[in-house]
Amino acid sequence: MKTDDFISLLASGVEPVARHAVPKRFSIAVLIGAVGATLVMMMALGIRRDLAEVAVTPIFWVKVALPLCLMIGSLWMTTRLARPGGTTGGSGWAVAAPIVAVWVAAVYVLMAAPDGARLAIVLGKTWRVCPLAIAMLSIPGLIAVFWALRGLAPTRPVLTGAAGGLLAGSTATLAYCLHCPEMGIPFWGAWYLLGMLVPTVVGALLGPRLLRW
Amino acid sequence: MNRTTDITAAQAKESHLRSLFVSGLAGDAAAYRQFLAELGAHLRGFLRRRLQSDSADIEDLVQETLLAVHNGRHTYRPEEPLTAWIHAIARYKLTDYFRARSRHDALNDPLDDALELLAAPDLEPAQARRDLGKLLDQLPDRQRLPIMHVKLEGLSVTETAKLTGLSESAVKVGVHRGLKALAAKIRGTR
Repeated sequence: MKTDDFISLLASGVEPVARHAVPKRFSIAVLIGAVGATLVMMMALGIRRDLAEVAVTPIFWVKVALPLCLMIGSLWMTTRLARPGGTTGGSGWAVAAPIVAVWVAAVYVLMAAPDGARLAIVLGKTWRVCPLAIAMLSIPGLIAVFWALRGLAPTRPVLTGAAGGLLAGSTATLAYCLHCPEMGIPFWGAWYLLGMLVPTVVGALLGPRLLRW
Repeated sequence: MNRTTDITAAQAKESHLRSLFVSGLAGDAAAYRQFLAELGAHLRGFLRRRLQSDSADIEDLVQETLLAVHNGRHTYRPEEPLTAWIHAIARYKLTDYFRARSRHDALNDPLDDALELLAAPDLEPAQARRDLGKLLDQLPDRQRLPIMHVKLEGLSVTETAKLTGLSESAVKVGVHRGLKALAAKIRGTR
């Protein structure tokens, strides 16, 4: 087809383009991810029984703050990368800061603990299931985020896929906090992050396949 | 030419294209058409400076990039420079083209050609496959139907969309992708 004919074809019957397409798609994706993860958590794992009691303690909100900060950082990063030529900009720091913070706090807790107790603090009681459960809870969010990205135009598919995976993973971890009985900072620094790493790696691997346009 | 005048000219071009594009986003088809035509000329120059290949490839890539700009136009933010946004799309499509071509070249190692010549005779003449109807039948419906209605029967995009139940955007993409696939089949490359 001649390019001129092709242009006429593209320009025929164009309608006004809806504004704010990127925020809209990501609002839907995050909502689906959060509701999906919460529902799966309630059905498969159950909300922790003492939630009402721990919800008034500051340490519970510190625990919630880790996935919440990562979720905000990765949401910012993913929406930036979703547009042609998008770079991470300052969002890289926003993702790194909560990770550094939890690790610094974890090292402090472990240094203060007696010699024999350190491994037990890191492993907690649920280290075997925690990363797997977070990875499982992130599936609805991962699907929703990739749906959102496929309707946009990312030009760095590996990085965008990873950022989207982290968004799904941190959303899932937020829901998992309502179930998880662990209250040790070193535990979060190890197993929560490992759980979120799973969808992040899956996202990075799927990015080049699913985000081409 | 002086560098300062270069920059001034580029800024004037940017704001001119941008105003056409923004009108197009608001639904002004005439402005949008003019934007695509002027952008196509810029893209042709941009790609010609970067590709040594034949002009058919360049024209393919111009159309592919215009289609990508069209399909991704909702990702443009009015506060960012239009040139940077389009440049990112053009570079993405150019990288994609280089990647596809290097894969194609790797699969078609010309060194093996001499031995291949007598290996497996194909008695069916290639011309028999050039029958348009047969070729069209090989395309998926989402490409075949738009080509039949728009290109062979001369219906408009809107009429075709109503008839096939596809969106108008899907009809446009189908015509473009379908014609490219047909051309590739005629050349016998896939």
